[in-house]
Amino acid sequence: MIVQVNGKRSELPDSIKSIAELLAHYELDKKVVIVEMNETIVDRNEHDNTIIQEGDKIELVQFVGGG
Amino acid sequence: MTNRYSRQILFQNIGEQGQQKIQSKHVLVVGAGALGTGLGENLVRAGVGKVTIVDRDYVEFSNLQRQQLYTESDAINRIPKAVAAKKRLKEINSDVTIVSHVLDVTKEELEDLIKGVDIIVDGTDNFDTRLLINDIAQKYNIPWVYGACVSSYGLSYTIIPGETPCLNCLLETVPLGGATCDTVGVISPVVQMVVAHQTTEVLKLLVGDKESLRKKLVSFDLWKNDHMSINVDKVKKSSCPSCGDNPTYPFLSYEHETKSTVLCGRNTVQIRPPKPVDRDLNQLKDILTNQGTGTIEQNPYLLSYTFGEKRMVFFKDGRVLVHGTNDISEAKTLYHRIIG
Repeated sequence: MIVQVNGKRSELPDSIKSIAELLAHYELDKKVVIVEMNETIVDRNEHDNTIIQEGDKIELVQFVGGG
Repeated sequence: MTNRYSRQILFQNIGEQGQQKIQSKHVLVVGAGALGTGLGENLVRAGVGKVTIVDRDYVEFSNLQRQQLYTESDAINRIPKAVAAKKRLKEINSDVTIVSHVLDVTKEELEDLIKGVDIIVDGTDNFDTRLLINDIAQKYNIPWVYGACVSSYGLSYTIIPGETPCLNCLLETVPLGGATCDTVGVISPVVQMVVAHQTTEVLKLLVGDKESLRKKLVSFDLWKNDHMSINVDKVKKSSCPSCGDNPTYPFLSYEHETKSTVLCGRNTVQIRPPKPVDRDLNQLKDILTNQGTGTIEQNPYLLSYTFGEKRMVFFKDGRVLVHGTNDISEAKTLYHRIIG
């Protein structure tokens, strides 16, 4: 499946269906991340249930502590 | 007025009036590391009336790659960052009132520090302090500008109490710190980029141009050429304990006070007494000298004690940095072995 992640065309393995699986794919599942899909924030409780479709535009913003 | 600020005044969104506002304001910079030194320099050059900068650490060689106010001499002499930063900032702009404190920010200190402050800027390196700032900012209705970075990635968000979501709304949980900074490092340009975003938002707030605030959570990876910008308005929760309808400011409560902290990327644990103390470094030196092992070095602000693989640094305010370990309990053991 082809989607846009952070503005870049990304080809995802077929095994990835949900936002939660996408975060695991990018090794962000244990991080604090804000997810926006098609310009709408996806609530953290909905990461498992939110299914990714071909062509979706996804933005991932991770909170980090450094500085 | 001299022509020091002429280019900033020519910039039409600031102008003469904006410059006067900037010069009448007080900004608190929490932390004088990479972000804090960049922020301090920008704000002092811009002519902010009063800049307060606080930091708990001292300068080391590994800081010099990105912490722009410090020199090799500061690192050789282990000068506290707040002291070295103030000295350099004074040289840059003597018009600005610069106040600096060598201290670890806790609730009590923040309650004092924020008196008369118009804006707080985040130059910290940990979520504990940021969540403390977040609660204080909500309680006293002071805008603050979050910024953070690691490797080639950075992000920033401007928090306006009563208007935007707060950091607690955005995070929901306290992220486990340290996992990244210890391993992946950071490059200087990403620090500069975060600082640029933070400073610009501060300037907009100082001149009262709230319309121009970015309003979005911004993040970027300079190496991967990514740029993300998200509207997070929807994340604001009326049930948020920090900024909701019935705030309890959880991070201002005693239970959330961190007494021991692993310092990001430093293989170091900081231990802080429950209350600040005025440690007699000369007396400590005598005690350690009598122990007979290890090397003692001292300057007016701190005493450094090296033994085996470990080094302990004692500050006058009672804090101790235990270098050579990330293990809090080991650090506490060493601490108690010497301090009792």
